[in-house]
Amino acid sequence: MTVLESSRAMKNSEYAAGSLLTVANLSVEDVAAILAATDRLERMTVAERVRILAERRIALLFYESSTRTRTSFELAAKSLGAMTTLVSDKSSSIEKGESLKDTGLTLRALGAECIILRHANSGAPYLLAKATGLPVLNAGDGMHEHPSQALLDLRTMLARLPGMSGRLVNGKTLNGVTVVITGDILHSRVARSNAMLLPKLGAKVVLCGPKELLPEDALGLGVKGTSGGVVVERDFDKALKQAQVVMMLRIQRERLAGLELDLGDYISRYQLDQERLAARSPEALVMHPGPMIRGLEISGEVADGPNSAIEEQVRHGLAVRTALLVRALGAGGFESVTV
Amino acid sequence: MSDILILNGRLVDPANGLDAERDVLLRHGRVAAVEMPGGLRVAKAKETIDAKGMIVAPGLVDVHVHLREPGQTYKESIKTGTAAAAAGGFTSVVAMPNTVPVNDTVARLEWMLDAARGACVKLFAMPAATFGSMGEEITDFHELQRAGAVGFTDDGKPVLLDRVMRAALVAAAGIGVPVSQHAEDTRLTGGCSMNAGPVAFRLGLRGMTVEAESKIVERDIRLLKDIEQHDGLRPHLHVQHVSTAKAMEAIRQAKRDGLHVTCEVAPHHFTLTDEAIGEYDTNAKMNPPLRNDADRLAMIAGLMDGTVDCIATDHAPHALFEKEQEFERAPNGITGLETALGLALRVLHKGNGMPISRVIELMSTQPAGIVSLEGRGTLRVDSFADVVVFDPAAEWNFEAAKTRSKSRNTPFDGAPMLGRVVTTISEGTVVYRG
Repeated sequence: MTVLESSRAMKNSEYAAGSLLTVANLSVEDVAAILAATDRLERMTVAERVRILAERRIALLFYESSTRTRTSFELAAKSLGAMTTLVSDKSSSIEKGESLKDTGLTLRALGAECIILRHANSGAPYLLAKATGLPVLNAGDGMHEHPSQALLDLRTMLARLPGMSGRLVNGKTLNGVTVVITGDILHSRVARSNAMLLPKLGAKVVLCGPKELLPEDALGLGVKGTSGGVVVERDFDKALKQAQVVMMLRIQRERLAGLELDLGDYISRYQLDQERLAARSPEALVMHPGPMIRGLEISGEVADGPNSAIEEQVRHGLAVRTALLVRALGAGGFESVTV
Repeated sequence: MSDILILNGRLVDPANGLDAERDVLLRHGRVAAVEMPGGLRVAKAKETIDAKGMIVAPGLVDVHVHLREPGQTYKESIKTGTAAAAAGGFTSVVAMPNTVPVNDTVARLEWMLDAARGACVKLFAMPAATFGSMGEEITDFHELQRAGAVGFTDDGKPVLLDRVMRAALVAAAGIGVPVSQHAEDTRLTGGCSMNAGPVAFRLGLRGMTVEAESKIVERDIRLLKDIEQHDGLRPHLHVQHVSTAKAMEAIRQAKRDGLHVTCEVAPHHFTLTDEAIGEYDTNAKMNPPLRNDADRLAMIAGLMDGTVDCIATDHAPHALFEKEQEFERAPNGITGLETALGLALRVLHKGNGMPISRVIELMSTQPAGIVSLEGRGTLRVDSFADVVVFDPAAEWNFEAAKTRSKSRNTPFDGAPMLGRVVTTISEGTVVYRG
């Protein structure tokens, strides 16, 4: 359909440079640049870093509750010297029925130069980016994507997997690495972003879970022309045997929409506990994007054990988000980068 | 004199089996004569149209439009919606009942059809099959038909309960009109905003399954069989906007079984797939949703093999502010009156080799037959002077900014069209000049 292809090509220019709405449009070079900037920023002194976005205004627009993502974006912005303001749906005109477009235009009129958006509707960041013309960072939209999470997960893997440190970031960096993502894939924006990002660097992504939480349609996440790929494996033990990385996901009760699940059965088949980990994949790196429900998808022992990188993920989140903010506001060598 | 002469055109009138050069004389709102070129002698025509190189056909008939009046005239009005129809070559349109309030009484139907509304082409209406389109109690079919109803539907919603749908089919069979069904099992589509499948998964949107459509079609077909067997009646089911191969196959089989089933397909369902949603383009959101390519091709196959009886637009205007929302919150529907012919000729005629006469059959002759419009859908002598003259070779690009509709919610802004309407005549009056 030539009409649509051309109109889609046009659309890429509808969003301000530095926006991060999806990982789908990130090239491997973009990813490498973001990670390199993260390293640079991390090595800076506090005094150096705080000058980078001094006097710049960043709005955090949160339509859904969040601990990790909101706090880490906010601390990242403040560490760069930016002024931040938080608008949440519970304490603003959003409650009075103001549209996302109008809320965005209001923030722009107040001087916001970048908006970090979390929203319960998939695709909302596209609407906001189009309506305001501002760089928008997607901090999680419905069941769609959580791009900064995938980037921080990637950085965590590069830091922890043996032989990765100092390796160049390109299409082969994660060759031979299998990442098993297990649990509520259907409702997970983290799973979607990781499944679309990691194969670009050569990883194989194995999605694992029961049919109710992982329909075959998930194979649509596979990206053409990457050396890795996306496959579905319903047997957790089989999946785990291949894993260098195992990422556990929470069952999103708030999005189940009437779906009934036998939790006892789920736990016996899909919980990552010490016995299973030791038997199938004793060396695997264990990750979880949070919030984590101990005793359901993951045992407390594994979450706190030596394989776990869960707290490091949070630390990398802060670091990666400083780089994304610098990129969004066109500072520090990111002027030419667009998504 | 009110005479209009259309000379030297290629007259395509499938009802007459005619596809040849003819001159046509329109007088007093009717077709007065159809003759070989040069065969008409008229002293003083009010207007003479040179249709050399053009197709002259019975005006197009759309059995499925939303004109939004009363109640939502910020989206569209009967006046603007019928102006868009005229620009698209349509001379008869059938308005759906999901206005505010719902068109479910004789008084509301008469108000809608009143000349004071300013329709510039012939306006027909299908009132609600049930009061308030709530799906519980059927409306007064008899009285509504006497006031002009050409069928009954709860479009936008299905008639879900077996008992109620059965009662509607029986009542409609008694007076010889169709029940038009929006086939969607809404118990399966809660929270869904597009077609189920890999694209919906990637976009993180909940998807409507193929079964949500086919199950209702299959249920309705079972009801037809049951009524034929037990009530000695022959009800007419019209399936609106078929979008899935599975529903199409059920209809194909029902026709083989001799049941009175007709169906329509919308141009967007034979032109686009769910990939057109791209980055959450709400102008590609409608219900039923755009499906995958196998379903799209099944629509074309149904159109080619005669399973599909007509093309209908499901013209559904919405204001910009309504479409400029989160995808899941934006209303369903796209405009379609001005792009239907251009898409049908491009995709079906040029793309799939469908003869132009067959396109006219699907857009005029047959839809007129489905709702029994006497003297329309043909240019036989004495029929209404409803005519479309179009250039079948003209290639152009639709521009939403130039629409006659009040709304611009179309995925076809800038899209290539084949065939351009030059003149539309409704009951002897020129209502559009391209």
